Amino acid sequence: MTPDTLLSARNLSVRFGGVLAVNDVSFDVRAGEVFTLIGPNGAGKTTVFNLISRIYQPTSGEIDFAGPQGMVRLTQQAPHQVASLGIARTFQNIELFEHASVLHNLLVGHHTHRRTGFWSDLLFTPAARAAELATRERVERVIDFLDLQHHRESLVAGLPYGVRKVVELARALCTEPRLLLLDEPSSGLNVEETDDMAFWIQDIVHELGITVLMVEHDMSLVSRVSDRVLAMNQGQVLAMGTPAEVQGDAKVAEAYLGSIDDVASLRRQP
Amino acid sequence: MRFIFKTSYEQDIRLAKHGGHLFWYGLLAVGLVLAPWLLPEYWLAQLTFVLIYAIAGLGLMLLAGFTGQFSLGHAAFLGVGAYAQAILTNAGWPFPLAMVCAALLAAAVGVVVGLPALRVKGIYLGIATLAFGFIVEEVLARWESLTGGNAGLMAGPPALFGWTIDSNAGFYAICLVTAVLATLGTLNLLRTPTGRAFIAIRDSEISAQSMGIHLARYKTLAFALSAALAGLAGALYAHKLQFLSPDQFNILQSIDLLLLVVIGGLGSVHGAFLGAIFLIAMPQLISLGKDYLPEAIGQAPGLQAVVYGAVLIAFVLFEPMGLYGRWLKVRTWLQLFPFYRQGMFKRQKSFQKSDRLK
Repeated sequence: MTPDTLLSARNLSVRFGGVLAVNDVSFDVRAGEVFTLIGPNGAGKTTVFNLISRIYQPTSGEIDFAGPQGMVRLTQQAPHQVASLGIARTFQNIELFEHASVLHNLLVGHHTHRRTGFWSDLLFTPAARAAELATRERVERVIDFLDLQHHRESLVAGLPYGVRKVVELARALCTEPRLLLLDEPSSGLNVEETDDMAFWIQDIVHELGITVLMVEHDMSLVSRVSDRVLAMNQGQVLAMGTPAEVQGDAKVAEAYLGSIDDVASLRRQP
Repeated sequence: MRFIFKTSYEQDIRLAKHGGHLFWYGLLAVGLVLAPWLLPEYWLAQLTFVLIYAIAGLGLMLLAGFTGQFSLGHAAFLGVGAYAQAILTNAGWPFPLAMVCAALLAAAVGVVVGLPALRVKGIYLGIATLAFGFIVEEVLARWESLTGGNAGLMAGPPALFGWTIDSNAGFYAICLVTAVLATLGTLNLLRTPTGRAFIAIRDSEISAQSMGIHLARYKTLAFALSAALAGLAGALYAHKLQFLSPDQFNILQSIDLLLLVVIGGLGSVHGAFLGAIFLIAMPQLISLGKDYLPEAIGQAPGLQAVVYGAVLIAFVLFEPMGLYGRWLKVRTWLQLFPFYRQGMFKRQKSFQKSDRLK
């Protein structure tokens, strides 16, 4: 573990009944990089995400995270504490608050920074009013950053898919995270929207200084934005390195395309 | 058509968003304050009932409409509040203090009922709360030394240090003040992080949790608040009826409350009031209509239940957002005249995640 390590996963394993979804996976995410998990469907990428955001409990292994007060053992935190440590996430199948406006969704994103309690909220004391105004100012910056002004007041239920993706990204940014987990940020987006997403991911890393850990299938997006790539298959690590190194790895090619013998056996016999 | 150009965040968090709000709610407030002088005794009593049911409705709205946790035993909280109020005021406590205690006691019971809500969802939570409703009804009937059992319990008019408020107008004023305070409190919560956490839990628990919302704490809080409001309504109910018996707080009362929030419009504060008006006005309308129906139907014993059922089915089919949803459409139609389109409020069917509020 180096001093700039932000998140460190050691020998992670998860077993669901007889299925070993994640098998002895270790990796370090350094502060300020874009770290991407790739792999075929069912490789265990999203499971790793769910381990980090504490939706699943690992069968063995641990995760450490450099929170605002130094290193913490993430695997011992309650699920709702993950956000206040500085980890935000998006979901593969968009999990927005459907019957609320975009602004409202983003304000929920700021929840971990709330400074008022129940009673001051109930009475709407001057402190609650001041906190509310401050929250809106913070959220407005994210709206500006991701160009969401047009949709600020619209209900999420009426928004097209592409915009929902951006709103979810915005909501994650509103938690003011140190580490952003993006679960397939380009899935369901068209070519232009994917391009926009790539620019935003780069801006998030370079301008906001947030580290990004993502799962992605679109290899052109992966090679454009990632600093390092981890390839997984069937719960195990296949290769780790720069996008070019991983793409050139024989085992990765095999996982995606099958081995040369498989192909040979399919060839029509003369 | 009104366009609101916002120039400060202050405008976003204000309760009255524009002059129209100020005017119409001001007019409503004036009307409500003057009601004792304007309305005959009978209608004032009905208005008092509307306010009492609206307070209980606000409680259930907060829980079912905003937090997405359905309770089929809400009459139990009403009962706890009512009996607490009757017993405490009979013991000579001043009524405001008794009301606070009734609300707190109901809230405490709400926390206990909320505990299964941390584990079960949807229909299973409905069953758990339903069972709880039966338990409370049974306790009220069996704990004879305290509640008087099935023989019932008398409750006096509200009294404060020897000064008794026994006029209809005086009691109406108490209900009005309570209802206004309850509404303001609810609105305040809804524009601050607490209320937003409730709505987040309703729409997606998993992402609410990953945004740092402590699910258990907020669900318990929603149950406590909802029960407290129902308890408050129960306390007023005790003074209004002046006679309590366990069967006033049975499953039918719970269903009435659920009917109130669904027909009023889930997920809107207005809905609690519109639903309460519906619930109080409907029996009157039915008894008015009775005489025009053939005798076999008009005098049949289950007529009210049939009409309620039919109305509920009609709402679920044609106006799932309830009376308030209908009003929003009418308002938009008026604002946009003549440009209103048919499909304006149609929601996209795809991508719909939350099943609790459609």
